[in-house]
Amino acid sequence: MSITLTAERSRTQQAPVFHVVEEHAHPEGSSTMLGFWIYLMSDCLIFAVLFATYGVLGGNYAAGPSPKDLFDLPLVALNTAMLLFSSITYGFAMLAMEKGRVSQTQLWLAVTGLFGAAFLAIELYEFAHLIHIGATPQRSAFLSSFFTLVGTHGLHVTFGLVWLVTLMVQVNKRGLIPANRRRLMCLSLFWHFLDVIWIGVFTFVYLMGMLR
Amino acid sequence: MTPHAEHHAGHHGADHHGHGEHEGAHGTLGSYLIGFVLSVILTVIPFWLVMDGTILDKNMTALAIMALAAVQVVVHMIFFLHMNGRAEGGWTMLSLIFTIIVVVIMLAGSLWVMYHLNTNMMPIHDPSQLP
Repeated sequence: MSITLTAERSRTQQAPVFHVVEEHAHPEGSSTMLGFWIYLMSDCLIFAVLFATYGVLGGNYAAGPSPKDLFDLPLVALNTAMLLFSSITYGFAMLAMEKGRVSQTQLWLAVTGLFGAAFLAIELYEFAHLIHIGATPQRSAFLSSFFTLVGTHGLHVTFGLVWLVTLMVQVNKRGLIPANRRRLMCLSLFWHFLDVIWIGVFTFVYLMGMLR
Repeated sequence: MTPHAEHHAGHHGADHHGHGEHEGAHGTLGSYLIGFVLSVILTVIPFWLVMDGTILDKNMTALAIMALAAVQVVVHMIFFLHMNGRAEGGWTMLSLIFTIIVVVIMLAGSLWVMYHLNTNMMPIHDPSQLP
């Protein structure tokens, strides 16, 4: 409507303008959530590539150990539980944030961080154990793709933890201002997204590996 | 400011009200707890199927745990990531659908091509006979 108007009115005075003359205002952070979601989708593609690589190479043991020899399912179940608990506690942190309760938000963020750290500790213990018994990434294509896929997920959790601690400091200094709320929303998406990826990891890598 | 520009600005305000106030969809305590309980159930069943190993045969177990994983991903999307078709004017859902299509093409294509490449290779019984 207003665009046609622009064209008609300008024609009488000068050269016609066929675009919206004025850029309309974007409040700060109005596009952050969509932008972050699109980042998560691109991250999803990274993991899809790594899953595809594992799917193709996962059976090439090079006469080395197979998943059955290496994986310890009770440990993986414990790991899965840690990540799932951290997901629900982050949800509690978001609920506390919506009610504007700073100390409660901080408490739940801290609990989330502890579960995340426990997940990482268990994963590092598993990796250390595998490397100790000679199942290193160099051993076979299966182990290369396994360490790349699971390691990339672990790296994401590590950066999520760094981000979580940073936000706890931010909230401590400035409280639950709109900028901090937005950041916590982004981390919420990131954290739950990592849990979604882990569903794929424990299903396709660990459980399917035991069935091979 | 010309009269036209004023008209335009007024129009904009009416068209895009609420432009700045989208913090995304929020969950409630109930929705988080439902999501958590469903996730626990959908995690315990595949682990139990594989660790017991006698309930279903291998192929059925593989199919079952893949189906349960797919359901759990949807549960997480709805109850934890608060996905719906309305958030951000539908753009998050659109980008998600696009990503799923790309991921399915990539995964299915890679596995299919590489599987056939492996099975159709002539086995080399005697390397010394190679040209």
